[in-house]
This record gives sequence, structure tokens and C-alpha cells, in this order.
Amino acid sequence: MCGIVGLFTKSTEIEESLGRHLGTMLEQMSDRGPDSAGVAVYRDPAPSGSSKLTLFSADPLQDWEALGGELGQTFGGLPEPEVRSSHAVFVVEAEAHDADAWVRQTHPELRVMSAGQTIEIYKETGRPEEFVRRFALEDFHGTHALGHTRMATESKVTTEGSHPFSTGLDLCLVHNGSLSNHNRLREKLRREGIDFQTENDTEVAAGYLAWRLREGASLEEALEGCFDDLDGFYTFLVGTIDGFAVLRDPIACKPAVLAETDDWVAMGSEWRAISVLPGASEARAWEPAPGIVYAWERQKV
Amino acid sequence: MSAAAEATGAEVVDLAVTPLRELNQRLHAVARDGGPAHWRIVNPNGAHAVAAGLDAEIEVEVDGHVGYYCAGMNKLATVRVHGNASTGLAENIMSGRVLVHGNASQSAAATGRGGLVVVHGDASARCGISMKGVDIVVRGSVGHLSAFMAQTGRLVVCGDAGDALGDSIYEARLYVRGDVGSLGADCIQKELRDEHRAELAKLLAAAGLDHDPAGFRRYGSARRLYHFAAGNSAAY
Repeated sequence: MCGIVGLFTKSTEIEESLGRHLGTMLEQMSDRGPDSAGVAVYRDPAPSGSSKLTLFSADPLQDWEALGGELGQTFGGLPEPEVRSSHAVFVVEAEAHDADAWVRQTHPELRVMSAGQTIEIYKETGRPEEFVRRFALEDFHGTHALGHTRMATESKVTTEGSHPFSTGLDLCLVHNGSLSNHNRLREKLRREGIDFQTENDTEVAAGYLAWRLREGASLEEALEGCFDDLDGFYTFLVGTIDGFAVLRDPIACKPAVLAETDDWVAMGSEWRAISVLPGASEARAWEPAPGIVYAWERQKV
Repeated sequence: MSAAAEATGAEVVDLAVTPLRELNQRLHAVARDGGPAHWRIVNPNGAHAVAAGLDAEIEVEVDGHVGYYCAGMNKLATVRVHGNASTGLAENIMSGRVLVHGNASQSAAATGRGGLVVVHGDASARCGISMKGVDIVVRGSVGHLSAFMAQTGRLVVCGDAGDALGDSIYEARLYVRGDVGSLGADCIQKELRDEHRAELAKLLAAAGLDHDPAGFRRYGSARRLYHFAAGNSAAY
């Protein structure tokens, strides 16, 4: 099953309360995905020349301070970890790509959940309500955010198998559905140098998008490529540094609702998720048609 | 009768405070024990199975958007939704009327056996899938694979129909006023004769619409697919 939520802010008020709304939306989708939950939040851009990493450690005794010291020694500065449960965010004085590569190389026991200027990805197994509390979602302000509640069908219930999946710097993907050609596509993408950490089908879709973008496709072209190259059912919500995009496969078995007011644009697997937002009853609401990319972007400054 | 009911003449149930199961149990009890003939449900907020399984001649108004399977298995009752309906509106409706003033999501009136379902906005994919006697009138458009394997009943679409309309259709009759994206396997356009115009006029009137029946086209089964052809026996 799985539940998807997304919130794109159009007012300062919603920006300041982004995490609280995101948490409420996620809880509404708890029945659709009771085994894991995750969010991607776009907030507090790292200063120019620096980048942000969100890291996950399975070790409850992980010494994040020591890792900050290592990052400082390698790249300069004094990166302080902002720890939330099993995750920590570092602002590193390096390009995101270099910082990401260093962690993968030097600390294979850690997982890079996200890398970029503004993105932070948090995900864990367990009930969504518990996730919302454990990761203190109500603290987050930010420009936009995505969330997912998982009911696993294709692979194991693990932190790594939860959504969102990073698809590149400041990019991520959440998915409701199942892909049937993921094994063969994973092998093809591995030969193209795309790294996979799980046997999960959605990670393959994320890897596919990362590969297409790396090869020069625009986000829209990469998404439209899904129609030809992915076999299966999907409603995708893709997060970018500027906004998000929604895509449903042409058969469109998996649900999606979009709604918009002067203050926000929201996406949910069901209306229940959106109904909790301020002004929802007056929102313009519609079902995205299959096979069409819907995208919202903040105006670039 | 509650104070709220006295003011409007209807029994008011607020789903923000009343659990859904309690609401449905109260609505079901009317068939057994009698009770209010008019109900108004407020704050549905996308809840699933609102007013599902009714079996009494009552009128239920719902103010707001409803979730999956609203008015599913309906018998006798009239359910009116002032908002949008999610997947499976009036699924397997037996009789009575279900009206939605907004849009309906996929599989509206799926497997319906009787009664009337009216959608004043659009209905999305698979509207009337496997319908078995229900009448469906959509004032807007319907999505792809509508009336898939439709057996009996009538589907009226005042707007457009998406791809693969009536795929693998049996004996349901389809009327479309706008464009059809494509016809599904074994579904063909058929002549709109006087008896069809007459039944269409009745259906439109029942839905409170005044479109001219002459502006519709009729579609139905070519009957090439569902008969076992002895000549093909080697292929089975």
C-alpha cells in the first residue's frame, strides 16, 4: 500500500510550521504504511562553498562528535552534528559530492541519507506516529517537504529500505506501488556506475532518475523516461531543491490527490492527509491524471 | 432528536467527534429499528466507508470530501456528497441513489447491481468497472478503462471518456456526449435509435440534467469476444 505526502509552502506562516503540518499529514497516512516512515525536508541552505550531509548510523553509541572532528580535519572548519535519533546532519566545508564520497569511502558503516545544499532525509522503521515524535518533526521549518509511510511488499523492512531515497544532490524520491523489472534494471544501472545499498525496487527507480540526470536529462525528461523504462505500478513524488513533482504511471492504480490554496500546495495519497491542513476545506482539490508530470517550483532568486 | 437536528430537520452527526463505526452502526440500525429519515454528516475529512452498507429509505447528506468506498453496497438509501469522493464510490450499489456534487476518484460504482449513481464533476479511471445493472450518469468526463467488463446497466458520460472505454464489455449500454480517447477490445459505436434516446432522456432526467439525448453516441459490445467460438477450440 504505502502513503505519500508532500507540502510546498507559499507563505511564511506555513514555512515556519512546515514540520508540524508534515507530521500531522504523515500520521494520517499511518494505516497505509505502518512499518516505516520517512521525510525529506528542504530547509536552512548551507552557505555557499559548504554542503549538508544527513547520515544514519545503526549503532546507538555512534560518536557523531568524533565524526565531526574528522570532517573538520579533512575539509576544514568545525562541523557540529545536529543529531536526531539515529541520524545526524553536518554542514561540511566542501562540495556535497566530495563530502558524500569521503563518507562512503572512509565510513562504510554509515549511510549517507542525503547530500546537497538544503535537503535533509530522515527515515526509520516503526509506526509513523512514533517516527514523528522520535525525530521531533514539529521543530522543522522549511520551504517544502515530502514524507512516506511504508507497507513493504518487495523487500525487507529496514531503515535503508524506507523512503525517501536520495536520487542525487538535493533530490529524492518517494514511491507508492511496486516495480516488476527492478532486478534487471538494477544490474544495468550498476554497470553504469550507480551504487545500490538494498534490494528495494524504489531504490532502483531512484537510481534510474539519478542516472538519467547524470547523463544530462532534465528532471522532466528523466521522469517521462519512467513511462518507457519502468514496468510496474507507481505514484512518485520527487523532491528537488526548488519544489516537487508528482507522476503516476499510465495505469494509475495507485492513488494521488493534489490540492492548492494561496498558502500551500499539498500532495497526498488520500484526502485524509490533506484535510488536516489549514484552509483545506476551501482548497482547490483534484486528482492528477495518469502519465502527466505535475511540478511546482519556487521562483529562483 | 438532538438540538442540531431540530434546527435543520435532520439528524446531524459530526465525524470530528463521532467515531465512524458509531455513525455507520446508527445508520444501519434504522433498517432494523427505524429512526430518523434525514441525516447530515459533517467533517468527513476523507474518512473511509462513510455511510456504507445502508439498507433503509433514508436520505443522507455529507458535507465535505469522503474517502474510499463511500455509500458502498447501498440499498434503498439516497446518499448525497457535497464534496469529492475517493476510490470506490458506491461500490456494489444494489439500489437507491448516490450523488456526488464534486469529482469521484477511480472505480466509481464498480460492480454495481442496481440503483443510480450521479457524479456532477468528473469520475476518474475505471468508472463502472464490472457494472452489473447500475445506472451511472457523469456530468463531466470519465478516465481510462471505464466500463471495463461492464455486464449490464447504463453509463452516461456528458463529457469525454478516456482510453479503452468499454474494454471486454458484455451487455451494458454506454452513452458518451464528448470525445472518446479510444475504444477497448470488442467495444464499438452503435446506432442511437429512438428507444435509446428515450432511455437516455429518462436517465438524464433522473440525474437532473437537461442535455439533448440526440447529442450522445452509443457504444456497446460487438459480441465477438465473449462467445466461445468452436473454431478456436484448438487454441485453448
